[in-house]
Amino acid sequence: MTDEIPEIDSAFGSGVPIRGNDIDTDQIIPARFMKVVTFDGLGEFAFFDQRYDENDEPKDHPLNEPQFQDAAIMVVNANFGCGSSREHAPQALMRWGIDAIIGESFAEIFAGNCLALGIPTVTADHDTITELQDWVDEHPDADIDVDVENETVTYGEKTVDVTVDDAQRKALTEGVWDTTALMKSNADAVAEKAASLPYVDD
Amino acid sequence: MSEGTLYDKVWEEHTVSELPTGQTQLFCGLHLIHEVTSPQAFGMLQERDLEVAYPNRTHATVDHIVPTSDQSRPFRDDAAEEMMAELEQNVRDAGINFSDPTSGEQGIVHVIGPEKGLTQPGMTIVCGDSHTSTHGAFGALAFGIGTSQIRDVLATQTVAMEKKKVRKIEVTGELGPGVEAKDVILEIIRRLGTEGGVGYVYEYAGEAIENLDMEGRMSICNMSIEGGARAGYVNPDETTYDWLKETEYFEENPERFDELKPYWESIRSDEDAEYDDVVTIDGSELEPVVTWGTTPGQGVGITQPIPAPEDLPEEKQDTARMAQEHMGVTPGETMQGYEIDVAFLGSCTNARMPDLRRAAEVVKGRQVADSVRAMVVPGSQRVKAAAEAEGLDEIFKDAGFEWREAGCSMCLGMNEDQLEGDEASASSSNRNFIGRQGSKDGRTVLMNPRMVAAAAVTGEVTDVRELKEVTTA
Repeated sequence: MTDEIPEIDSAFGSGVPIRGNDIDTDQIIPARFMKVVTFDGLGEFAFFDQRYDENDEPKDHPLNEPQFQDAAIMVVNANFGCGSSREHAPQALMRWGIDAIIGESFAEIFAGNCLALGIPTVTADHDTITELQDWVDEHPDADIDVDVENETVTYGEKTVDVTVDDAQRKALTEGVWDTTALMKSNADAVAEKAASLPYVDD
Repeated sequence: MSEGTLYDKVWEEHTVSELPTGQTQLFCGLHLIHEVTSPQAFGMLQERDLEVAYPNRTHATVDHIVPTSDQSRPFRDDAAEEMMAELEQNVRDAGINFSDPTSGEQGIVHVIGPEKGLTQPGMTIVCGDSHTSTHGAFGALAFGIGTSQIRDVLATQTVAMEKKKVRKIEVTGELGPGVEAKDVILEIIRRLGTEGGVGYVYEYAGEAIENLDMEGRMSICNMSIEGGARAGYVNPDETTYDWLKETEYFEENPERFDELKPYWESIRSDEDAEYDDVVTIDGSELEPVVTWGTTPGQGVGITQPIPAPEDLPEEKQDTARMAQEHMGVTPGETMQGYEIDVAFLGSCTNARMPDLRRAAEVVKGRQVADSVRAMVVPGSQRVKAAAEAEGLDEIFKDAGFEWREAGCSMCLGMNEDQLEGDEASASSSNRNFIGRQGSKDGRTVLMNPRMVAAAAVTGEVTDVRELKEVTTA
């Protein structure tokens, strides 16, 4: 495989605030939409049960509001993406249009899944996030610049410091976030490791 | 940084290389796959013209979508049938062993791995399922991965990971009557929070943990992820080794037991191991814990009052308010008397033999309340057969429980087993998230298996320790 993996130094676009702590992956993509063998088409089911009532009528939710339809940057609170390991969750958000997520904190498997898709998950404290969410509500069309390399987020006239996990920053900015080919190139070392483990008997 | 812990040793033992990102390329001793999170990974492999590198270190089963009533093919649900057919095709093409429903050994992936003896101490184990942490009960380093990582593991048998910190959670003392492993882990999550474990691996230790059977240890490690920790483990000991001896692999290869035991002993955490954090909980003070809210951290002792949101830390108040509104519970009251419509005894947390035995003891001679739909979904076909050999199925059926085939079932409502409308369920599963059990208005109360049995017969959340003796006429 020789496909170039893009270097992701930053993400840019208008925002959408999703408020609340402990938003789990069952909320991001309900299990019934996972009865599929590809990820195609998951975008329309992102946050489905928060967005539609039992008669599929739209409810109040940021992803339903016209001013957020072109959003690329999601602004969330604490422990976002907790629960199931389903990659369907970030896949659904990505296919809805999200390129980066700024939050107070992320569940580990969710953040790892985002990285595997080239989606930065950057963090800041509660006050910074709340202020940004409020700003996005007031400026739904304005762009937010997520600078992964320099660990800053710029919106309006303001630039704030954010944190990007070291490995994530390197992986994104150096274009090594898709690890298959990289790890495949160590196949000999892998075989040696396998042979050295006492429990490997095949 | 931690030093000399099982985590440090197993990590070191499986390190292949340091990647340019600073992550470690870690060899995966066992890769378990199922029908929901693997098909896209096989698709990605095909797109890149890659093959499965170590099919012998990969094992498949079907659990999430499999019906637990009529399993004849094709399945009634077309989407489920398509996923099943896709998995069958993928494992056939790659030469991967598959515990399918005709094998007599199918079941929830975290039940069958240990049963077959695939799960062993000192291994690294991955699966596209967050409850992979279950396997840590054997002293393995086991964690859930996403589909792109499944692709990596299929293609290379390795995964890119960052090393975590280690928190030792020491549960001292002896658990009281009616208090089970489930109560211990619900209490741990209540105290440390649903994100308290982010960035950590949990080592469970102390007298109360050492005295648990393997199934109890599995229940605890299983829910590590609900506390934010991607992996949790218990150091292997004689309880572990005795259990392993009875598994398929070691019954067929008894010589391997003696060959491997020195390795298992060598990866135990050293007496003087260093931890990044240590938390101590007095196990003798615990009582059965049930959840009142919509995260597994929103739990309370069965005789204790449901907390008022304003008494909780500020960052937890909003979720608590929303949760209490959804559940229809009142702060200041206990959960006792909360009416239920469904009793679900199943899931990778609590659907193994000791779980069913303990629940059957409660159910014996009693009847499921008229208003309650109660079901037992054994964790695997082997658990089901063993339970039937002991006559547990008759006890449950006589009481009015449905006796189902093995699968994940109502834990996540991907097959036909789902809550309807705003039904409330007493559930031995692991997640009480809104919508989790198939209905977005559904309400889930998590509890241990005996508490589920008690709720089934009374029709409301009940302190199993207070149930009156059954008087046989």
